Amino acid sequence: MEKKAINTLPKTPTGIEGFDEITFGGLPTGRPTLICGGAGCGKTLFAMEFLVRGATQFDEPGVFMSFEETKEELVSNVASLGFDLEDLIQKKKIALDHVHIERSEIEETGEYDLEGLFIRLEYAIDSIGAKRVVLDTIESLFAGLPNQLILRAELRRLFRWLKNKGVTALITGERGDGTLTRQGLEEYVSDCVIFLDHRVTEQTSTRRLRVVKYRGTVHGTNEYPFLIDEDGFSVLPVTSLGLRHVVSNDRISSGIPALDKMLEGEGYYRGSTILVSGTAGVGKTSMAAHFAEAACKRGERVLYFCFEESPNQLMRNMLSIGIDLGNWQQKGLLQFQATRPTFYGLEMHLAVTHKTVKAFKPDIVIFDPINTFAANDTEIEVKAMLMRIVDFLKANQITAMFTSLTSNRCVADSSDIGLSSLIDTYIMLRNIEFNGERNRGLYVLKSRGMANSNQIREFILTDKGVELREVYIGAKGVLTGSARIAQEASEYAELLIHQKDIERRKHEIVLKRKALEAQIDALQADFESVESEAIELIEMEQDKIERLKRNKAEMAKSRRVEIEDITSNNLKI
Amino acid sequence: MKEKKSNIKSLPDDFGLDISKPSKDKYVLRLYVTGSTNRSFSAISNLKKICEEYLEGRYELEVIDLYQKPGLAKGDQIIAAPTLLKKLPLPFRRIIGDMSNKEKVLVGLDLREQ
Repeated sequence: MEKKAINTLPKTPTGIEGFDEITFGGLPTGRPTLICGGAGCGKTLFAMEFLVRGATQFDEPGVFMSFEETKEELVSNVASLGFDLEDLIQKKKIALDHVHIERSEIEETGEYDLEGLFIRLEYAIDSIGAKRVVLDTIESLFAGLPNQLILRAELRRLFRWLKNKGVTALITGERGDGTLTRQGLEEYVSDCVIFLDHRVTEQTSTRRLRVVKYRGTVHGTNEYPFLIDEDGFSVLPVTSLGLRHVVSNDRISSGIPALDKMLEGEGYYRGSTILVSGTAGVGKTSMAAHFAEAACKRGERVLYFCFEESPNQLMRNMLSIGIDLGNWQQKGLLQFQATRPTFYGLEMHLAVTHKTVKAFKPDIVIFDPINTFAANDTEIEVKAMLMRIVDFLKANQITAMFTSLTSNRCVADSSDIGLSSLIDTYIMLRNIEFNGERNRGLYVLKSRGMANSNQIREFILTDKGVELREVYIGAKGVLTGSARIAQEASEYAELLIHQKDIERRKHEIVLKRKALEAQIDALQADFESVESEAIELIEMEQDKIERLKRNKAEMAKSRRVEIEDITSNNLKI
Repeated sequence: MKEKKSNIKSLPDDFGLDISKPSKDKYVLRLYVTGSTNRSFSAISNLKKICEEYLEGRYELEVIDLYQKPGLAKGDQIIAAPTLLKKLPLPFRRIIGDMSNKEKVLVGLDLREQ
């Protein structure tokens, strides 16, 4: 974008999706541009769309001078793309002129020039105040007019004349043998040259566009895939995005609470790229479905590319783990896009992705699975394509989830088409084979920008969806499934025994105390009886003493003897 | 196709005889020029000479300056200038150039076999 400030060359937007982005603004204003390519590569369509969009979106009328197709042919050809040419002609937005040259009718009788063509063109331009001109395909003149010298001189003059006229011209040219155009038009039109290509590799065809040269400005130099469909032309400038995405701190749930917990308790970052990788039947699609459902519940839009299952099959299968995707599809929050990876080439997939994403405007895109691409293309191309997809989605703050099937052996590395570097959160699902059964384990291989858990969890599919359990890690290693359950049971049993032991000991003490207390009671009773006996004896003895005293006193009374001394001095009780 | 037709037509008339009497049809000609250039003038004068010589009394020649009537160029499919249109007799022909090559003009006008 900063480039625009430096760039003083005025540009005319074509309105063609993506093209203006790779040329940083469009075609050079007031200069001729050459667009060349083989038969059927889309030159005429590109040119026509340039005019139609100019007329409808930028209020720049245009002249289409056709040297091949008649007006009727052109009108009906572009009608299939939704352009109402007849209407635009009526409204004087577009002028069509079909130049017909019949070699057999012509006799050369001396010197001539192409002033007639100039006048004709000027007349057409002036009649509607055209700012844009298309000459399609001017090379037909070479077949109609025998004198090449005159023709070349006149063409040179024509392009100069167009420049002076100040119209933005687009000239189409057929690709030649080893040259860009058959008649070397690139010699005359040297400001901007665009090359269209239509290649078939491995039985799939891809259209590509390249800006060969663009004088006085920067431009993307790559080959960009493009599409021609019912909406016209669209070029995919995905690689021009670079690494300048805006990032979000927003977090979104994975749909599995236990997995969110492993990711700082909050889940993925919005706009990040998530890879779920694992062997066959490990539950990748289930995880994707969870993610999709969670997003739909938040009211977000999900675009689901399924490359292996039909949407109906997928929905049925997901119902079995309690996820009703059909419901969300009906509400319009979820859209499926199902194609076989072999159906078209990588670029076409990219293009379709691009287009569907732009049309549906999802918050989340799921690709399930990506590695089926690798079957028909080389890995480097697949990686390049995925990189473009990732770039494109990131730039639009769309969270992407890829699932990837890996072979059981080299789980972490050879898998996933060398994708790991593109991925922000990488979740591995793996089978743990032990003790005669196969269980699923899940761990977070990496998750950029968060303190993710390093634990392996057991991944269980239930009729209420995915559950994650702690796995048993002990002396015997990682235990999952029934081994884990057995281990847990034995631990529980041991615990029970210990508990019983404690109970028993407690009981014993109670009993002991009771016995002791009984003993104490008995002793007390003993003592009490002894004590009471003693008191009785004492009382009896005191009685005796009293009686003796009384007897003595009575005796003394009778004998008149003083006895107080005896009692007071000798006897003390 | 058109040429073949003309050949067949001319066969019964005068077989093998060159200039004698090619046709008594009336010639309708239209010459497009671009302004008052030397080339325009030489085209007009060259053509008039030929017409007087070969088609005296049976031709109609209209000279049009494209600068004056640019709208006609599209309908008559003019690209080169000067261009002479032989509208009648059929076949339709366009003869381009300054008419300096008399033999070629005659061929174009079907006044001489090639």
